Amino acid sequence: MPEFEPVIGLEVHTQLKTETKMFCSCKTSASEAPANAFICPVCTGQPGALPTPNLRAVRLGAAAGLALGCEVSEVSVFARKNYFYPDNPKAYQISQFDKPLCENGAVELDLKDAAGGVRTKTVRVHRAHLEEDAGKSLHAIGSRQLDHTLVDFNRCGVPLLEIVSEPDLNSADEAYAYLMELKKLLQWVGVSNCDMEKGELRCDVNISLRPKGETKLGRKVEIKNLNSFKAVKDAITHEIGRQAAVLNGGGAVDQDTRLWNEKEQKTVSMRSKELAHDYRYFPEPDLSPLRISAAFKEELKKEIGELPKAKKDRFKAEYGLSSYDAGVVTGGKGLSAYFEACMSEVKRSGLAVPAKNVLNLIASEFLARLNGLKKDSVTLDPGDKELISPANLAKTAALTAAGKLSASAAKTVFAKSWETGKDPETLMGELGLAQVSDAGLIKDWAREAIAANPKAAEDFRNGNEKALGPLVGVIMKKSKGTANPAAANAAIKELLK
Amino acid sequence: MEKATEIVSQIKGKKITAVEVLNRYLRTIKEKDGEIRAFLEVFSESAAAQARAVDEKAAAGLPLGRLAGVPVAIKDNMLYKGHKASCASKILENYISPYTATAVQNLIDADAVIIGRTNMDEFAMGSSTENSAFRPTRNPADTSRVPGGSSGGSAAAVAAGMCPLALGSDTGGSVRQPAAFCGTYGLKPTYGSVSRYGLVAFASSLDQIGVFANSIEDTELAFSVISSHDPKDATSVKYPENKIPGGVKGLRIGLPKEYAAGSGAMDAEVARLFGETVQKLKELGAVFAEISLPHTRYALPAYYIAASSEASSNLGRFDGIRYGLSAQGGTLADVYKKTRGQGFGPEVKRRIMLGTYSLSAGYYDAYYLKAQKTRTLIKRDFDEAFGEVDVIFTPTTPSPAFRFGEKVSDPVAMYLSDIFTIPCNLAGLCGLSIPAGKSGKGLPIGAQFLAKPFNEAVMFKLGEELAHAG
Repeated sequence: MPEFEPVIGLEVHTQLKTETKMFCSCKTSASEAPANAFICPVCTGQPGALPTPNLRAVRLGAAAGLALGCEVSEVSVFARKNYFYPDNPKAYQISQFDKPLCENGAVELDLKDAAGGVRTKTVRVHRAHLEEDAGKSLHAIGSRQLDHTLVDFNRCGVPLLEIVSEPDLNSADEAYAYLMELKKLLQWVGVSNCDMEKGELRCDVNISLRPKGETKLGRKVEIKNLNSFKAVKDAITHEIGRQAAVLNGGGAVDQDTRLWNEKEQKTVSMRSKELAHDYRYFPEPDLSPLRISAAFKEELKKEIGELPKAKKDRFKAEYGLSSYDAGVVTGGKGLSAYFEACMSEVKRSGLAVPAKNVLNLIASEFLARLNGLKKDSVTLDPGDKELISPANLAKTAALTAAGKLSASAAKTVFAKSWETGKDPETLMGELGLAQVSDAGLIKDWAREAIAANPKAAEDFRNGNEKALGPLVGVIMKKSKGTANPAAANAAIKELLK
Repeated sequence: MEKATEIVSQIKGKKITAVEVLNRYLRTIKEKDGEIRAFLEVFSESAAAQARAVDEKAAAGLPLGRLAGVPVAIKDNMLYKGHKASCASKILENYISPYTATAVQNLIDADAVIIGRTNMDEFAMGSSTENSAFRPTRNPADTSRVPGGSSGGSAAAVAAGMCPLALGSDTGGSVRQPAAFCGTYGLKPTYGSVSRYGLVAFASSLDQIGVFANSIEDTELAFSVISSHDPKDATSVKYPENKIPGGVKGLRIGLPKEYAAGSGAMDAEVARLFGETVQKLKELGAVFAEISLPHTRYALPAYYIAASSEASSNLGRFDGIRYGLSAQGGTLADVYKKTRGQGFGPEVKRRIMLGTYSLSAGYYDAYYLKAQKTRTLIKRDFDEAFGEVDVIFTPTTPSPAFRFGEKVSDPVAMYLSDIFTIPCNLAGLCGLSIPAGKSGKGLPIGAQFLAKPFNEAVMFKLGEELAHAG
C-alpha cells in the first residue's frame, strides 16, 4: 500500500480586539451579555442603514498582516457576499474578495524532528482579509430542542480577520504548531485575544491526501465545527486515517464539507447543498476602497516594534542564549519585555550575571508564580507592582552566579523578595541564607554528619558513592541550606578518604 | 402658488403662524388629494405638534430655522422615526421607522414641518408611479396621465400646491422626470452631497435624495438644508467650496448632439419648447456649443444592469425574519419564497432576477463588470465635455407625461423615458430639471441642466436668471 502525504491548509477567523463593531458603534459584547443587548439599525439590517468602517479594526487588521509577513495593500476593497440566512440580517456579509487587506505572508515554525532536534518550516499565508461576523442562531436551549430558531445579533458585525494559509502543512502536529504560532503572533501585536473557547479564534481545515512523491493535489475535504486547538489536531488525525482507509480500499474521497463530532471523535459529512452556493460577490457600493498610505504602514511598523522572530535572533546573538531558551523568553511580548528589563538592570548595575542565570530563574520560579497570579506571558507588564521587580530578580540571579546563594536558598529569597519587595541581598542576610563556603565551618558540620550517620559513612568508605547524598543532606539541614554544596561534598570525601 | 421662502419670512415676521400655514395646506390636501392621490399618509398629528413648537419658539423670541414652519412631504422610502415607511410595497406595508434619515433630520432641525409621506413606484423602481403596490398617483396637469416616477407622489403634491416642498430620490431620473411631467423644479444633487442614511436603498452607487419645489429659490434653500457631510454615510463628502458664477453672461453651455431632435427619441413639441429655452438663454448671454457624449447609447443598458445588480443585493434583507411582511412556511426556504413572492410586485421581482443573474458566477464579467466599465466610459465622456463647457443642457424627457397603462406592458418603452436623466447618475453629476413651458395639450415640459459634481451653484444661477427673465 502506498504511503500518503496529507496536504493541509487552514482558514482561521480571528476576532479583532476592538471596543465597537466593524461597521457600527455597537459594543463588541462579552458572551455573557443578554441576547440582542448590543444591536442597532446598522447591525440588524434595518432599511436605509449604512455601514461606516471601524478604523481601529482596519489598523489591527493591517498590524496582523505585518506580523504575518504580509504585504499590506495600498488599496483594498470591501465586497458583499450574498446569501440568505436568518443570522445574516442584510442577506449579505461585508467581506473582502478580490482585493484583500493583506496578501503573501509567511509564518516560520520551529518543529521537533524525528531525532529530537528542531527543524524550521515556512508556511505561506495566502491572504488575510477583514469581514464582519454573523449573528448566532439558537436551535436549542441547553438540551431542549426548540420548534423554532432564535437569533442573537450581539455577535453580528463584530470585526474578524480571516487568515488563509497555503496548503503547506503536512500533519496534525504541523497544523497545531501553525495555529500556536498564529496565536502567539496575533497576541504579540495585540490584535486578538485568540481564545478559541470564546470563539475569538475559529479554524476550518482543508485537507486532502496524495501518494508520497505525487505533486498533484488530491480531492479536498473541508472540516468545520472545530472548537479547540486540540479538536483541530484530533480532527486532522482522524481525517487522515479516514481518507487513507478510503484510498487504500480502492475508493475515492468525496469533495465534501464535514463536521467534527467531538463526542464521537470523528468527522461527519454535512451532505449539504451549501456547496452549490454562488455568493455573487461584488464591490460594496456603500464603502469606498480602503487606502493605506506608506506613512501609515511605517507608523504601524514602529508601533508594532520588534517581532518575536527578530527578537529571538537578537537574544541569541546578544545574550548567547540557546535557540530553545530564546524561544522561552520570546513566548509572549510581556515576558520578553520583562527579560529585557532584567538584562538592562544587570547592565545598569554592573552585575556579573550570565543571561542563563536570569533565564533559569524566569523559566522556573518566575513563570510558576506568574501562572498562580492568573497573569500571562503575553500581557504581563514589567512594571507591575504585583510582580517581583526586574531589579530584584536580576540581583537574585547575581547572588546565585556569585555563589553567595545556593539554588534552594535562592528560591526562598526570590519568594520573599516577591512578597516584600525587599532587596535580595538584605533578605539573604536577614534570613541567614548566605551560602557558607568557610572550609573550617563546613568541616565541623561534616564531622557531625558522619558521627550521626555511621552506617552511611561506612558504606561510602566501602565504595558506595550513593551514600554521599544523605551525609551532605545532613550538612544542608544543619546549615539551613546555606552550605556550599560543592564544599560540603568535598569535606565529606576528605574526611572519609 | 406660495413659496417656501415667503412662508419663512412671514412666520419670522409674525404675520402668520406655522399652525395656520399647516392648516391651509392640510385643507388643500383634503380638497385635492382624493383625486391626485399623492400622499400615502398625512402626518396630521405630528405635523401639528411640530408647527405648534415652531410657533412657541417664535413667541419666545428664539431664533427660527431656515425652513421655519414650511410643510415638507417626504417620499415613502425615507425613514422618519415612529412613522411608517413602506416604499409603496406590501413587504413593508406596516414597517415603522426605528430611526430618522439624516436628510429628514436636517429638515426637522431647520424647523420644517414634515407633512406626510408620498406615493412612489415600489422601491423606486419605475417611471410612472404605477408600480406602487397601493394605488397610482395622478398628474395634476392632466389626471388621465401619470405624474412620472418613481417620486411621482412628491412631484404631484408640490405641483398641486399640497405642500411647497417635497423630497424625492433620484437613481436614474426619479426626481427630474416626474418634475418635468408635473411642471415643477426637480434637483438631483451631486452623489455624496446629501446623506443616504435612512433612505431605503435601491441602487446604492446611484441613489441620491433630491428636492421638488415650485421656484428656483425654494429648490436652492431646500438643498442647502438637506445637504450635509454625514459620518453615518461613508459615501457622503464634505461639500467643497466652489466659485459661484457671477451670471449667465458668458457661460458656456453644451448641447449634446446625441440627445438632439432627429436622434429619433424626441417628441416634436419637446424639441420646440426646448429650443425656445435655448433662445432665452442666448438672450441672457450664454454661449452655446455642440458637444459629443459618444457612449450615451450604452447608458440605459449599463444602468439597468448596475442598478439591478445592487438592488438584488439591497433588497435581500426583506426576508420576513426581523420586520415587514412575514409569510408562514414549512421550511426556511418556504418562508423566504412566500414572503418575497407575496411581498414584492412584478417590476421589483423583474429587477431582482435581472440583478441576480448579472452577478452570478460565469455572468459577472459579461454583465456587471461590463456595465461598470461602460460607466467609466460615460463618466469620461462628461469629463471631456466639461473641459469645453460649464454646463450641459438637454430636455429632461423625450416626451411629456403619458397616459396610465400606456407603457406598463412594455418595460423597455418605460425605461426609455429616463434616457436623458440616467447618464447623470452613472457619472455622479448634479442635475436640475426646470419647467420649460407647456405643450399644446397643456402638458408640462421640462429641461435639465447637468453640471460637474459640486457645481449646483451654476445650475441655480441659470435657473434664477431664466425665471426672472420670465
